[in-house]
Amino acid sequence: MSAIPLLKISRLTKSFGTNQVLKSVDLEVTAGEVVTVIGPSGGGKTTLLRCVNFLEAYDGGSIKIDGREVGYTDNAGGKKRGEVDLAAMRAETGMVFQSFNLFPHLNAEQNVMLGLRQVRKKPHKEALEIARHWLDRVGLSHKTGSLPSELSGGQQQRVGIARAVAMDPKILLLDEITSALDPELVNEVLDVVRQLASDGMTMLIVTHEIAFARDASHRIVFVADGSVSAQGKPDELMAEVANNERLRSFLSRFSATAH
Amino acid sequence: MGELIDAVVYAMPFLMGGLGTTLLVSLITVVLSLVTGVVLGVALIYGPQPVRWVIRLLTDCIRGIPILVLIFAVYYGLPPLGLNLSSFWAAVFALSLFKTAQVIEYVRGAVSSIPRGQMEAAKSIGLIFPQRLRYVIFPQATRRFLPPWVNGVTDAVKGSALVSLLGVVDLMQAINQVIGRTYEPMPLYLLGAVMYFVINYSLSSLSRVLERRYAYIKE
Ligand SMILES: Nc1ncnc2c1ncn2[C@@H]1O[C@H](COP(=O)(O)OP(=O)(O)OP(=O)(O)O)[C@@H](O)[C@H]1O
Ligand SMILES: [Mg+2]
Repeated sequence: MSAIPLLKISRLTKSFGTNQVLKSVDLEVTAGEVVTVIGPSGGGKTTLLRCVNFLEAYDGGSIKIDGREVGYTDNAGGKKRGEVDLAAMRAETGMVFQSFNLFPHLNAEQNVMLGLRQVRKKPHKEALEIARHWLDRVGLSHKTGSLPSELSGGQQQRVGIARAVAMDPKILLLDEITSALDPELVNEVLDVVRQLASDGMTMLIVTHEIAFARDASHRIVFVADGSVSAQGKPDELMAEVANNERLRSFLSRFSATAH
Repeated sequence: MGELIDAVVYAMPFLMGGLGTTLLVSLITVVLSLVTGVVLGVALIYGPQPVRWVIRLLTDCIRGIPILVLIFAVYYGLPPLGLNLSSFWAAVFALSLFKTAQVIEYVRGAVSSIPRGQMEAAKSIGLIFPQRLRYVIFPQATRRFLPPWVNGVTDAVKGSALVSLLGVVDLMQAINQVIGRTYEPMPLYLLGAVMYFVINYSLSSLSRVLERRYAYIKE
Protein backbone atom coordinates (compact mmCIF):
# COMPACT_ATOMS: atom_id res chain seq x y z
CA MET A 1 0.00 0.00 0.00
CA SER A 2 2.63 2.53 -0.97
CA ALA A 3 0.69 4.03 -3.89
CA ILE A 4 -0.39 7.68 -4.00
CA PRO A 5 -3.30 8.04 -1.58
CA LEU A 6 -6.77 8.38 -3.03
CA LEU A 7 -7.87 10.25 0.08
CA LYS A 8 -5.40 12.42 1.93
CA ILE A 9 -6.47 14.20 5.07
CA SER A 10 -3.90 16.40 6.74
CA ARG A 11 -4.00 18.48 9.90
CA LEU A 12 -7.79 18.59 9.65
CA THR A 13 -9.54 20.78 12.21
CA LYS A 14 -13.18 21.41 12.84
CA SER A 15 -15.04 23.21 15.62
CA PHE A 16 -18.69 23.59 16.47
CA GLY A 17 -18.70 26.98 18.14
CA THR A 18 -16.15 26.73 20.94
CA ASN A 19 -16.14 22.94 20.89
CA GLN A 20 -13.12 21.80 18.88
CA VAL A 21 -14.19 18.38 17.66
CA LEU A 22 -11.30 17.62 15.29
CA LYS A 23 -7.88 18.71 16.51
CA SER A 24 -5.56 17.88 13.66
CA VAL A 25 -6.47 14.63 12.00
CA ASP A 26 -4.06 13.01 9.56
CA LEU A 27 -5.29 10.07 7.56
CA GLU A 28 -4.60 8.52 4.19
CA VAL A 29 -6.54 5.92 2.26
CA THR A 30 -5.17 4.31 -0.87
CA ALA A 31 -7.28 2.98 -3.70
CA GLY A 32 -8.70 -0.45 -2.88
CA GLU A 33 -8.05 -0.07 0.81
CA VAL A 34 -10.63 -0.70 3.51
CA VAL A 35 -10.03 1.49 6.54
CA THR A 36 -12.19 1.33 9.64
CA VAL A 37 -12.42 4.08 12.18
CA ILE A 38 -13.16 3.13 15.75
CA GLY A 39 -13.18 5.16 18.91
CA PRO A 40 -15.19 6.40 21.87
CA SER A 41 -18.50 8.17 21.45
CA GLY A 42 -18.15 11.87 20.79
CA GLY A 43 -14.59 11.46 19.57
CA GLY A 44 -15.35 13.03 16.18
CA LYS A 45 -15.70 9.98 13.90
CA THR A 46 -18.95 11.06 12.31
CA THR A 47 -17.71 14.61 11.95
CA LEU A 48 -14.58 13.35 10.22
CA LEU A 49 -16.60 11.33 7.73
CA ARG A 50 -19.00 14.19 7.06
CA CYS A 51 -16.11 16.50 6.28
CA VAL A 52 -14.90 14.12 3.59
CA ASN A 53 -17.97 14.73 1.44
CA PHE A 54 -18.39 18.25 2.75
CA LEU A 55 -21.69 17.72 4.52
CA GLU A 56 -19.72 19.58 7.16
CA ALA A 57 -17.42 22.45 6.21
CA TYR A 58 -14.05 22.11 7.91
CA ASP A 59 -12.04 24.98 9.34
CA GLY A 60 -8.40 24.09 8.78
CA GLY A 61 -6.04 21.60 7.23
CA SER A 62 -6.85 19.84 4.03
CA ILE A 63 -8.83 16.98 2.54
CA LYS A 64 -7.83 15.88 -0.90
CA ILE A 65 -9.45 13.25 -3.08
CA ASP A 66 -7.34 12.37 -6.09
CA GLY A 67 -5.33 15.49 -5.43
CA ARG A 68 -8.32 17.87 -5.45
CA GLU A 69 -9.22 19.84 -2.33
CA VAL A 70 -12.70 18.87 -1.11
CA GLY A 71 -15.22 21.68 -0.73
CA TYR A 72 -12.87 24.61 -1.15
CA THR A 73 -11.34 25.90 -4.37
CA ASP A 74 -8.02 26.43 -2.64
CA ASN A 75 -7.58 25.92 1.08
CA ALA A 76 -9.78 25.35 4.10
CA GLY A 77 -11.84 28.31 5.22
CA GLY A 78 -11.23 29.98 1.85
CA LYS A 79 -13.55 30.22 -1.10
CA LYS A 80 -16.09 27.40 -1.25
CA ARG A 81 -16.64 25.54 -4.47
CA GLY A 82 -19.73 26.43 -6.45
CA GLU A 83 -22.86 24.30 -6.19
CA VAL A 84 -22.23 22.37 -9.40
CA ASP A 85 -18.56 21.71 -8.65
CA LEU A 86 -19.40 20.64 -5.10
CA ALA A 87 -22.14 18.29 -6.28
CA ALA A 88 -19.80 16.74 -8.83
CA MET A 89 -17.25 16.05 -6.07
CA ARG A 90 -19.90 14.56 -3.81
CA ALA A 91 -20.99 12.22 -6.58
CA GLU A 92 -17.48 10.73 -6.37
CA THR A 93 -17.85 9.91 -2.68
CA GLY A 94 -20.67 7.54 -1.83
CA MET A 95 -22.17 7.79 1.62
CA VAL A 96 -24.26 5.32 3.59
CA PHE A 97 -26.02 6.66 6.67
CA GLN A 98 -26.73 5.24 10.08
CA SER A 99 -30.42 6.07 9.66
CA PHE A 100 -30.56 4.86 6.01
CA ASN A 101 -32.07 8.13 4.73
CA LEU A 102 -33.78 6.45 1.80
CA PHE A 103 -36.15 8.65 -0.16
CA PRO A 104 -39.53 7.50 1.21
CA HIS A 105 -41.55 8.52 -1.85
CA LEU A 106 -39.43 6.41 -4.21
CA ASN A 107 -39.25 2.63 -4.41
CA ALA A 108 -35.98 0.74 -4.08
CA GLU A 109 -35.24 0.89 -7.78
CA GLN A 110 -36.07 4.60 -8.04
CA ASN A 111 -33.93 5.36 -5.00
CA VAL A 112 -30.93 3.87 -6.78
CA MET A 113 -31.82 5.38 -10.14
CA LEU A 114 -32.22 9.00 -9.06
CA GLY A 115 -28.51 9.82 -9.04
CA LEU A 116 -27.86 7.75 -12.14
CA ARG A 117 -30.53 9.64 -14.07
CA GLN A 118 -30.07 13.18 -12.77
CA VAL A 119 -26.35 13.27 -11.96
CA ARG A 120 -24.80 10.66 -14.23
CA LYS A 121 -27.34 11.52 -16.94
CA LYS A 122 -27.82 7.87 -17.87
CA PRO A 123 -30.73 7.02 -20.16
CA HIS A 124 -33.66 5.42 -18.36
CA LYS A 125 -33.00 1.94 -19.63
CA GLU A 126 -29.35 1.92 -18.65
CA ALA A 127 -30.05 3.45 -15.23
CA LEU A 128 -32.66 0.78 -14.62
CA GLU A 129 -30.22 -1.96 -15.56
CA ILE A 130 -27.54 -0.60 -13.23
CA ALA A 131 -30.07 -0.22 -10.40
CA ARG A 132 -31.32 -3.78 -10.83
CA HIS A 133 -27.78 -5.06 -11.02
CA TRP A 134 -26.87 -3.50 -7.69
CA LEU A 135 -30.11 -4.40 -5.98
CA ASP A 136 -29.42 -7.94 -7.09
CA ARG A 137 -25.88 -7.70 -5.71
CA VAL A 138 -27.21 -6.71 -2.28
CA GLY A 139 -29.73 -9.55 -2.42
CA LEU A 140 -32.85 -7.52 -3.14
CA SER A 141 -33.76 -8.50 -6.69
CA HIS A 142 -37.22 -9.44 -5.40
CA LYS A 143 -37.80 -6.04 -3.76
CA THR A 144 -37.01 -3.60 -6.55
CA GLY A 145 -40.54 -2.18 -6.55
CA SER A 146 -40.93 -1.86 -2.79
CA LEU A 147 -41.16 1.44 -0.98
CA PRO A 148 -38.75 1.94 1.93
CA SER A 149 -41.69 1.72 4.35
CA GLU A 150 -42.32 -1.81 3.07
CA LEU A 151 -38.77 -2.99 3.78
CA SER A 152 -37.06 -4.19 6.95
CA GLY A 153 -34.22 -2.12 8.38
CA GLY A 154 -31.61 -4.49 6.98
CA GLN A 155 -33.23 -4.35 3.55
CA GLN A 156 -33.45 -0.57 3.67
CA GLN A 157 -29.79 -0.31 4.53
CA ARG A 158 -28.88 -2.62 1.66
CA VAL A 159 -30.83 -0.32 -0.68
CA GLY A 160 -28.82 2.54 0.87
CA ILE A 161 -25.61 0.75 -0.04
CA ALA A 162 -26.84 0.00 -3.56
CA ARG A 163 -27.79 3.66 -4.00
CA ALA A 164 -24.28 4.73 -3.04
CA VAL A 165 -22.23 2.20 -4.99
CA ALA A 166 -24.37 2.43 -8.13
CA MET A 167 -22.89 5.91 -8.63
CA ASP A 168 -19.51 4.23 -9.03
CA PRO A 169 -17.82 6.41 -6.42
CA LYS A 170 -14.08 6.54 -5.88
CA ILE A 171 -14.58 5.98 -2.18
CA LEU A 172 -17.46 4.81 -0.03
CA LEU A 173 -18.10 6.34 3.40
CA LEU A 174 -20.05 4.24 5.89
CA ASP A 175 -21.09 5.70 9.23
CA GLU A 176 -22.22 3.08 11.72
CA ILE A 177 -24.49 1.60 9.14
CA THR A 178 -25.65 -1.27 11.34
CA SER A 179 -26.18 0.50 14.64
CA ALA A 180 -29.85 1.27 13.96
CA LEU A 181 -30.55 -2.39 13.14
CA ASP A 182 -31.90 -5.23 15.20
CA PRO A 183 -29.03 -7.61 16.03
CA GLU A 184 -30.33 -10.37 13.75
CA LEU A 185 -30.23 -7.99 10.76
CA VAL A 186 -26.66 -6.79 11.26
CA ASN A 187 -24.96 -9.62 9.45
CA GLU A 188 -26.88 -9.40 6.20
CA VAL A 189 -25.63 -5.82 5.89
CA LEU A 190 -22.05 -6.54 6.97
CA ASP A 191 -21.91 -9.40 4.47
CA VAL A 192 -22.66 -6.94 1.69
CA VAL A 193 -19.83 -4.71 2.92
CA ARG A 194 -17.44 -7.69 3.00
CA GLN A 195 -18.44 -8.48 -0.58
CA LEU A 196 -17.67 -4.92 -1.66
CA ALA A 197 -14.34 -5.09 0.14
CA SER A 198 -13.33 -8.24 -1.68
CA ASP A 199 -14.32 -6.56 -4.97
CA GLY A 200 -11.76 -3.88 -4.24
CA MET A 201 -14.06 -0.99 -3.30
CA THR A 202 -12.21 1.71 -1.38
CA MET A 203 -13.98 2.29 1.91
CA LEU A 204 -13.75 4.42 5.00
CA ILE A 205 -15.92 2.79 7.64
CA VAL A 206 -16.92 4.06 11.04
CA THR A 207 -18.11 1.17 13.17
CA HIS A 208 -18.65 -0.09 16.67
CA GLU A 209 -18.45 -3.68 15.43
CA ILE A 210 -14.90 -4.39 16.55
CA ALA A 211 -14.96 -7.99 15.36
CA PHE A 212 -16.03 -6.82 11.92
CA ALA A 213 -13.30 -4.14 11.89
CA ARG A 214 -10.70 -6.80 12.70
CA ASP A 215 -11.64 -9.28 10.04
CA ALA A 216 -12.81 -7.00 7.23
CA SER A 217 -10.37 -4.11 7.16
CA HIS A 218 -6.83 -3.59 5.97
CA ARG A 219 -6.23 -0.94 8.57
CA ILE A 220 -7.93 0.23 11.73
CA VAL A 221 -7.72 3.83 12.87
CA PHE A 222 -8.42 4.67 16.47
CA VAL A 223 -9.84 8.18 16.78
CA ALA A 224 -10.20 9.67 20.21
CA ASP A 225 -10.58 13.26 21.34
CA GLY A 226 -10.46 14.66 17.83
CA SER A 227 -7.29 13.08 16.53
CA VAL A 228 -5.84 9.77 15.41
CA SER A 229 -4.53 8.16 18.55
CA ALA A 230 -3.32 4.90 17.02
CA GLN A 231 -3.55 3.06 13.73
CA GLY A 232 -2.26 0.00 11.95
CA LYS A 233 -3.17 -3.36 10.51
CA PRO A 234 -5.72 -5.04 12.77
CA ASP A 235 -3.19 -7.22 14.60
CA GLU A 236 -0.67 -4.33 14.81
CA LEU A 237 -3.31 -2.16 16.41
CA MET A 238 -4.23 -4.85 18.89
CA ALA A 239 -0.55 -5.06 19.80
CA GLU A 240 -0.59 -1.27 20.43
CA VAL A 241 -2.92 -1.86 23.35
CA ALA A 242 0.06 -2.42 25.62
CA ASN A 243 1.33 1.16 25.22
CA ASN A 244 -1.89 3.07 24.50
CA GLU A 245 -3.97 3.59 27.61
CA ARG A 246 -6.98 5.10 25.83
CA LEU A 247 -7.09 2.31 23.27
CA ARG A 248 -6.84 -0.25 26.03
CA SER A 249 -9.75 1.19 27.98
CA PHE A 250 -11.81 1.57 24.81
CA LEU A 251 -11.20 -2.02 23.70
CA SER A 252 -11.68 -3.50 27.15
CA ARG A 253 -15.39 -2.80 26.74
CA PHE A 254 -15.41 -5.15 23.79
CA SER A 255 -13.22 -7.80 25.37
CA ALA A 256 -16.10 -10.25 25.38
CA THR A 257 -16.26 -10.13 21.56
CA ALA A 258 -12.75 -9.08 20.60
CA HIS A 259 -10.96 -12.41 20.69
CA MET B 1 -92.80 29.15 -5.56
CA GLY B 2 -93.41 30.60 -9.02
CA GLU B 3 -92.17 33.98 -7.86
CA LEU B 4 -89.06 32.42 -6.47
CA ILE B 5 -88.28 30.77 -9.81
CA ASP B 6 -88.97 34.03 -11.61
CA ALA B 7 -86.58 35.85 -9.33
CA VAL B 8 -83.89 33.27 -9.87
CA VAL B 9 -84.34 33.27 -13.65
CA TYR B 10 -84.16 37.04 -13.71
CA ALA B 11 -81.08 37.10 -11.52
CA MET B 12 -79.15 34.27 -13.15
CA PRO B 13 -77.35 36.18 -15.94
CA PHE B 14 -76.14 38.82 -13.48
CA LEU B 15 -75.01 36.25 -10.99
CA MET B 16 -73.17 34.27 -13.65
CA GLY B 17 -71.25 37.37 -14.63
CA GLY B 18 -70.40 37.96 -10.98
CA LEU B 19 -69.49 34.33 -10.50
CA GLY B 20 -67.06 34.62 -13.42
CA THR B 21 -65.34 37.55 -11.73
CA THR B 22 -65.22 35.74 -8.39
CA LEU B 23 -63.60 32.71 -10.02
CA LEU B 24 -61.17 34.89 -11.97
CA VAL B 25 -60.13 36.85 -8.87
CA SER B 26 -59.72 33.60 -6.92
CA LEU B 27 -57.75 31.94 -9.68
CA ILE B 28 -55.30 34.81 -10.16
CA THR B 29 -54.88 35.18 -6.41
CA VAL B 30 -54.25 31.51 -5.93
CA VAL B 31 -51.76 31.17 -8.77
CA LEU B 32 -49.83 34.36 -7.95
CA SER B 33 -49.62 33.52 -4.27
CA LEU B 34 -48.61 29.93 -4.96
CA VAL B 35 -45.71 30.91 -7.18
CA THR B 36 -44.38 33.77 -5.07
CA GLY B 37 -45.16 31.94 -1.82
CA VAL B 38 -43.17 28.86 -2.81
CA VAL B 39 -40.20 30.92 -3.99
CA LEU B 40 -40.17 33.08 -0.86
CA GLY B 41 -40.89 30.10 1.40
CA VAL B 42 -37.84 28.28 0.03
CA ALA B 43 -35.77 31.46 0.41
CA LEU B 44 -36.99 31.73 4.01
CA ILE B 45 -35.59 28.30 4.81
CA TYR B 46 -32.47 28.08 2.67
CA GLY B 47 -31.67 31.71 1.88
CA PRO B 48 -28.90 33.80 3.44
CA GLN B 49 -29.70 35.42 6.78
CA PRO B 50 -30.55 38.95 5.50
CA VAL B 51 -32.99 37.51 2.95
CA ARG B 52 -34.67 35.51 5.71
CA TRP B 53 -35.05 38.59 7.88
CA VAL B 54 -36.68 40.55 5.07
CA ILE B 55 -39.14 37.75 4.29
CA ARG B 56 -39.96 37.26 7.97
CA LEU B 57 -40.61 40.98 8.37
CA LEU B 58 -42.81 41.01 5.28
CA THR B 59 -44.94 38.04 6.31
CA ASP B 60 -45.27 39.25 9.89
CA CYS B 61 -46.45 42.65 8.68
CA ILE B 62 -48.96 41.23 6.22
CA ARG B 63 -50.32 38.74 8.71
CA GLY B 64 -50.64 41.46 11.31
CA ILE B 65 -52.92 43.59 9.15
CA PRO B 66 -56.63 42.71 8.74
CA ILE B 67 -57.26 41.85 5.11
CA LEU B 68 -59.87 44.58 4.87
CA VAL B 69 -57.30 47.19 5.86
CA LEU B 70 -54.80 45.66 3.46
CA ILE B 71 -57.22 46.05 0.55
CA PHE B 72 -57.84 49.73 1.26
CA ALA B 73 -54.19 50.34 1.98
CA VAL B 74 -53.27 48.97 -1.45
CA TYR B 75 -56.11 50.77 -3.20
CA TYR B 76 -55.44 54.18 -1.69
CA GLY B 77 -51.77 53.73 -0.87
CA LEU B 78 -50.31 52.78 -4.22
CA PRO B 79 -51.41 55.71 -6.44
CA PRO B 80 -49.39 58.23 -4.38
CA LEU B 81 -46.41 55.96 -4.97
CA GLY B 82 -46.98 56.37 -8.70
CA LEU B 83 -48.60 52.97 -9.17
CA ASN B 84 -52.10 53.27 -10.57
CA LEU B 85 -53.98 50.02 -10.40
CA SER B 86 -57.61 49.57 -11.41
CA SER B 87 -59.84 48.57 -8.53
CA PHE B 88 -59.87 45.02 -9.91
CA TRP B 89 -56.09 44.73 -9.86
CA ALA B 90 -55.70 46.57 -6.59
CA ALA B 91 -58.06 44.06 -5.00
CA VAL B 92 -56.31 41.10 -6.61
CA PHE B 93 -52.93 42.46 -5.53
CA ALA B 94 -54.03 42.87 -1.92
CA LEU B 95 -55.60 39.42 -1.77
CA SER B 96 -52.47 37.91 -3.32
CA LEU B 97 -50.23 39.61 -0.77
CA PHE B 98 -52.36 38.21 2.00
CA LYS B 99 -52.41 34.72 0.48
CA THR B 100 -48.67 34.79 -0.24
CA ALA B 101 -47.92 35.29 3.44
CA GLN B 102 -50.01 32.19 4.17
CA VAL B 103 -48.37 30.11 1.45
CA ILE B 104 -44.92 31.06 2.77
CA GLU B 105 -45.96 29.74 6.16
CA TYR B 106 -47.34 26.48 4.71
CA VAL B 107 -44.16 25.95 2.69
CA ARG B 108 -41.98 26.62 5.72
CA GLY B 109 -43.98 24.16 7.81
CA ALA B 110 -44.05 21.46 5.14
CA VAL B 111 -40.40 21.70 4.14
CA SER B 112 -38.99 21.94 7.64
CA SER B 113 -40.96 18.85 8.66
CA ILE B 114 -38.74 16.76 6.39
CA PRO B 115 -35.87 15.09 8.25
CA ARG B 116 -32.45 16.68 7.66
CA GLY B 117 -31.09 13.35 6.46
CA GLN B 118 -33.13 13.65 3.27
CA MET B 119 -31.26 16.74 2.15
CA GLU B 120 -27.97 15.11 3.14
CA ALA B 121 -28.71 11.91 1.24
CA ALA B 122 -29.67 14.00 -1.77
CA LYS B 123 -26.41 15.94 -1.50
CA SER B 124 -24.36 12.79 -1.14
CA ILE B 125 -25.50 11.36 -4.46
CA GLY B 126 -24.42 14.58 -6.12
CA LEU B 127 -27.71 16.38 -6.77
CA ILE B 128 -27.48 20.16 -7.02
CA PHE B 129 -29.81 22.37 -4.98
CA PRO B 130 -32.69 22.75 -7.48
CA GLN B 131 -32.58 18.99 -8.13
CA ARG B 132 -32.68 18.26 -4.42
CA LEU B 133 -35.79 20.39 -4.11
CA ARG B 134 -37.48 18.97 -7.16
CA TYR B 135 -36.80 15.27 -6.71
CA VAL B 136 -36.43 14.86 -2.96
CA ILE B 137 -37.84 17.72 -0.90
CA PHE B 138 -40.91 18.90 -2.80
CA PRO B 139 -42.48 15.49 -3.46
CA GLN B 140 -42.37 14.81 0.28
CA ALA B 141 -43.34 18.31 1.35
CA THR B 142 -46.38 18.24 -0.94
CA ARG B 143 -48.11 15.77 1.32
CA ARG B 144 -47.97 18.22 4.23
CA PHE B 145 -48.47 21.30 2.12
CA LEU B 146 -51.68 20.27 0.36
CA PRO B 147 -54.28 20.04 3.15
CA PRO B 148 -53.71 23.53 4.60
CA TRP B 149 -53.18 24.97 1.15
CA VAL B 150 -56.44 23.65 -0.30
CA ASN B 151 -58.16 24.98 2.79
CA GLY B 152 -56.51 28.26 1.99
CA VAL B 153 -57.88 28.12 -1.55
CA THR B 154 -61.44 27.86 -0.26
CA ASP B 155 -60.63 30.81 2.00
CA ALA B 156 -59.46 32.68 -1.08
CA VAL B 157 -62.77 32.04 -2.84
CA LYS B 158 -64.71 33.24 0.18
CA GLY B 159 -62.32 36.12 0.78
CA SER B 160 -62.63 37.27 -2.80
CA ALA B 161 -66.06 38.65 -1.83
CA LEU B 162 -64.11 41.52 -0.26
CA VAL B 163 -63.28 42.89 -3.72
CA SER B 164 -66.88 44.10 -3.85
CA LEU B 165 -65.79 46.75 -1.35
CA LEU B 166 -63.82 48.40 -4.13
CA GLY B 167 -66.82 48.24 -6.45
CA VAL B 168 -65.67 45.22 -8.43
CA VAL B 169 -68.75 43.31 -9.53
CA ASP B 170 -68.08 39.81 -8.28
CA LEU B 171 -70.70 37.29 -7.23
CA MET B 172 -71.34 39.09 -3.95
CA GLN B 173 -71.67 42.49 -5.59
CA ALA B 174 -73.90 41.06 -8.37
CA ILE B 175 -76.23 39.65 -5.73
CA ASN B 176 -76.41 43.02 -4.01
CA GLN B 177 -77.14 44.77 -7.30
CA VAL B 178 -79.96 42.41 -8.19
CA ILE B 179 -81.44 42.78 -4.71
CA GLY B 180 -81.23 46.53 -5.21
CA ARG B 181 -83.59 46.12 -8.14
CA THR B 182 -85.91 43.33 -6.99
CA TYR B 183 -86.03 43.87 -3.21
CA GLU B 184 -86.02 40.08 -2.74
CA PRO B 185 -82.98 39.46 -0.56
CA MET B 186 -83.64 35.99 0.81
CA PRO B 187 -83.80 33.83 -2.33
CA LEU B 188 -80.80 35.63 -3.78
CA TYR B 189 -78.60 35.33 -0.74
CA LEU B 190 -79.58 31.67 -0.56
CA LEU B 191 -78.68 31.20 -4.19
CA GLY B 192 -75.37 32.96 -3.64
CA ALA B 193 -74.62 30.81 -0.63
CA VAL B 194 -75.35 27.68 -2.67
CA MET B 195 -72.95 28.82 -5.39
CA TYR B 196 -70.12 29.52 -2.95
CA PHE B 197 -70.83 26.21 -1.27
CA VAL B 198 -70.71 24.22 -4.51
CA ILE B 199 -67.33 25.71 -5.43
CA ASN B 200 -65.83 25.13 -2.02
CA TYR B 201 -67.31 21.69 -1.60
CA SER B 202 -65.74 20.63 -4.89
CA LEU B 203 -62.43 22.06 -3.71
CA SER B 204 -62.44 20.22 -0.42
CA SER B 205 -63.42 16.98 -2.15
CA LEU B 206 -60.47 17.54 -4.45
CA SER B 207 -58.25 18.02 -1.42
CA ARG B 208 -59.34 14.67 0.01
CA VAL B 209 -58.49 12.99 -3.28
CA LEU B 210 -55.06 14.65 -3.26
CA GLU B 211 -54.45 13.66 0.34
CA ARG B 212 -55.16 10.03 -0.47
CA ARG B 213 -52.91 10.26 -3.48
CA TYR B 214 -49.97 11.32 -1.29
CA ALA B 215 -50.78 9.14 1.71
CA TYR B 216 -48.33 6.45 0.62
CA ILE B 217 -45.31 8.56 1.60
CA LYS B 218 -44.28 7.48 5.06
CA GLU B 219 -41.12 8.39 6.85
N1 LIG C 1 -23.94 19.74 14.18
C1 LIG C 1 -23.30 19.81 15.37
N2 LIG C 1 -23.36 20.93 16.12
C2 LIG C 1 -22.72 21.01 17.29
N3 LIG C 1 -21.96 20.03 17.82
C3 LIG C 1 -21.86 18.90 17.12
C4 LIG C 1 -22.51 18.72 15.87
N4 LIG C 1 -22.21 17.49 15.39
C5 LIG C 1 -21.42 16.92 16.32
N5 LIG C 1 -21.20 17.75 17.35
C6 LIG C 1 -20.35 17.48 18.52
O1 LIG C 1 -19.11 17.03 18.05
C7 LIG C 1 -18.58 16.02 18.90
C8 LIG C 1 -18.21 14.83 18.05
O2 LIG C 1 -19.38 14.27 17.51
P1 LIG C 1 -19.34 13.06 16.48
O3 LIG C 1 -20.76 12.79 16.13
O4 LIG C 1 -18.42 13.37 15.37
O5 LIG C 1 -18.74 11.90 17.37
P2 LIG C 1 -18.69 10.34 17.07
O6 LIG C 1 -17.27 9.94 17.27
O7 LIG C 1 -19.29 10.05 15.75
O8 LIG C 1 -19.58 9.75 18.22
P3 LIG C 1 -20.54 8.46 18.20
O9 LIG C 1 -19.66 7.26 18.34
O10 LIG C 1 -21.42 8.65 19.38
O11 LIG C 1 -21.29 8.47 16.91
C9 LIG C 1 -19.63 15.74 19.94
O12 LIG C 1 -19.25 16.43 21.11
C10 LIG C 1 -20.88 16.35 19.37
O13 LIG C 1 -21.70 16.84 20.39
MG1 LIG D 1 -21.01 9.01 15.08
